[in-house]
Amino acid sequence: MNGHEPPAIVAEDLSYSVEAQTLLDVVHLHAEQGQFVGIIGPNGAGKSTLLRALSGMLRHQHGAVRLEGTDLRSLSSREVAAALALVPQIAPYTHGFTSFELVLMGRYPHLGRFQIEGREDDRIARDAMRRTDTERFADRTLDTLSGGERQRIFVSRALAQQPRILLLDEPTSNLDVYHQLKVLDLVRQLVDEGLTAVAAIHDLHMAARYCDRLVLLSEGRVLAEGTPDEVLTPEAIESAFGVRCAVYQEPVTGSLAISLIGPADGEDA
Amino acid sequence: MRAVGLNTLRGYRRMAVASRLAIGGSVLLLLIAASAAVSLSMGPVGIPASHVGSIVLSFLGLETVPFGRTEQLVIEQIRLPRILVGAVVGVALGVAGATMQGLFRNPMADPGIIGVSAGGAVGAVAAIATGAASLFFLALPLFAFVGAIAATFLVYGIAAAGGRFSMATLLLAGVAVNAFLGAVVSAIIILLPGADALREVLFWLAGGLDSRAWEHVRIAAPPILAGTFVILLMARDLNLLMLGDDEARSMGVHVGTARVVLLSAAALVTGAAVAVSGTIAFVGLVTPHILRLLIGPDHRVLVPMSALGGAVFVTVADTVARTIIQPAEFRVGVLTAFVGAPFFILLLIRNKRQVYSL
Ligand SMILES: Nc1ncnc2c1ncn2[C@@H]1O[C@H](COP(=O)(O)OP(=O)(O)OP(=O)(O)O)[C@@H](O)[C@H]1O
Ligand SMILES: [Mg+2]
Repeated sequence: MNGHEPPAIVAEDLSYSVEAQTLLDVVHLHAEQGQFVGIIGPNGAGKSTLLRALSGMLRHQHGAVRLEGTDLRSLSSREVAAALALVPQIAPYTHGFTSFELVLMGRYPHLGRFQIEGREDDRIARDAMRRTDTERFADRTLDTLSGGERQRIFVSRALAQQPRILLLDEPTSNLDVYHQLKVLDLVRQLVDEGLTAVAAIHDLHMAARYCDRLVLLSEGRVLAEGTPDEVLTPEAIESAFGVRCAVYQEPVTGSLAISLIGPADGEDA
Repeated sequence: MRAVGLNTLRGYRRMAVASRLAIGGSVLLLLIAASAAVSLSMGPVGIPASHVGSIVLSFLGLETVPFGRTEQLVIEQIRLPRILVGAVVGVALGVAGATMQGLFRNPMADPGIIGVSAGGAVGAVAAIATGAASLFFLALPLFAFVGAIAATFLVYGIAAAGGRFSMATLLLAGVAVNAFLGAVVSAIIILLPGADALREVLFWLAGGLDSRAWEHVRIAAPPILAGTFVILLMARDLNLLMLGDDEARSMGVHVGTARVVLLSAAALVTGAAVAVSGTIAFVGLVTPHILRLLIGPDHRVLVPMSALGGAVFVTVADTVARTIIQPAEFRVGVLTAFVGAPFFILLLIRNKRQVYSL
């Protein structure tokens, strides 16, 4: 690391619209290597759309996404998949694949066309499942798993992909508190080892606690960007979410905590 | 019963791809060999198994038990080419069925879904109606092949019109084109002069393998093997496509290209099968379906096993079809529907929860 490396991933003035609706409006986001960037914002703010754009899934967007300095459009989907993994917000229907088969798919971008997975790939997949505490579901088909178990399988698959950049779309939305902490601890640990992570996170406290930087999105625009302390002000939260709140330092863990008082348009004060 | 594929074959699904291929492939190849051997010995001229064996060995230059000249001719010129045509047709239908079910993310998809069979029927009926079929005996399969491919392009063209491809449109366009081409076939039949031609058309439409000769093997095998090879190379992409376009894209598949290549290869193999055998119902639907319940949805194993399974299905069905009401013959296409449809309904009822929660 010589300090002159391009950021791991950047969205440069990204705009995207479908029909007449603008989903992303000149959005800028960057994540340096070894950073954990959180995207927060209300439903429909464009968090998933932004993550899809970062993973190269959107076509006809304006602006550019650069992966380690290279325009995403000049890379093949395979090159992108070998460098970057996405955990989708909504797990797809998996048609009878077992958990292990699904996690093993994370190895596909690293295999040649005529190659099939070897012992090393097996080991990587098992290890990924161990890290999300899902080994015991290995032989079960996905449709027999609970929502949170399924979500952890998709996190495992992204880990098996061994990406340099990990995009997570609300990876903890279905998880119990124990697994929320486990999964975010895991991401944090990988980030400390050099991975770059960008995650949409609804829980503002969790976002503040785990992320190095936050990007607050609302109606497709960046409202605020910076460290959790800079972004999570009562004013910003009220303007983005329409919720009045108090922000304070939580005494036990030392991270920011948000007390929600009530909707800003509510009757009682 | 619900978890048939998971409990009984859990060990199998845990194995590496190569072992799954080796074991499944050996079992199905043995079944093919056994059904071919039985089929070679059965028919109006009964040929004892020992003679069948030595005739087959004599092709390889090995002399064993002596056998009759007639027996040799029956096997060499009638039964063997017929079995081979049936086997490659079965390979084509199995592979195309597995591919379509994966591409459409739907276990109910059938190779005919993209208009191949209906297009083939129009081609075949046109060959008969114009008299081309009686002038040149390969005219019928060639017309059928061209019709099959043309119909597929039409269906795909509709689904891709306006630059935005949609799998749902493809499905609906397939339904519409199938209906339209069905009407074309009916119109030709109604206008057809003479009972002979009519009989010939109906005969073809029922799907069968009678009087198939080496020429048919020669025209059907190359496109079927080529298409199957292409699909095998794309099997991993098919796994990802089954999870959705976004999933596939985020795992490194070039979705547009992969879909066109897979659809074209499936159309090629189905077109070649339809050209030499007419429409043999249910093989392409049932074979991959049953295999998926047993060995799971990984297309790197499912596609080759569906190829071999389809070959077993058609070989057995044709043997039954041509021996069950001797000296007359049943059409294999009729038989596969007779057996396939009720069996399929049984499967539907038994596995409702496991597979159809789409
Ligand atoms: N194909 C589409 N056509 C029209 N509008 C769309 C389309 N896709 C997304 N949208 C709209 O774009 C907006 C942003 O969607 P997106 O999924 O990015 O939101 P999000 O911030 O992830 O929300 P959530 O918190 O609910 O996950 C939403 O208002 C959604 O309705
Ligand atoms: Mg979202």
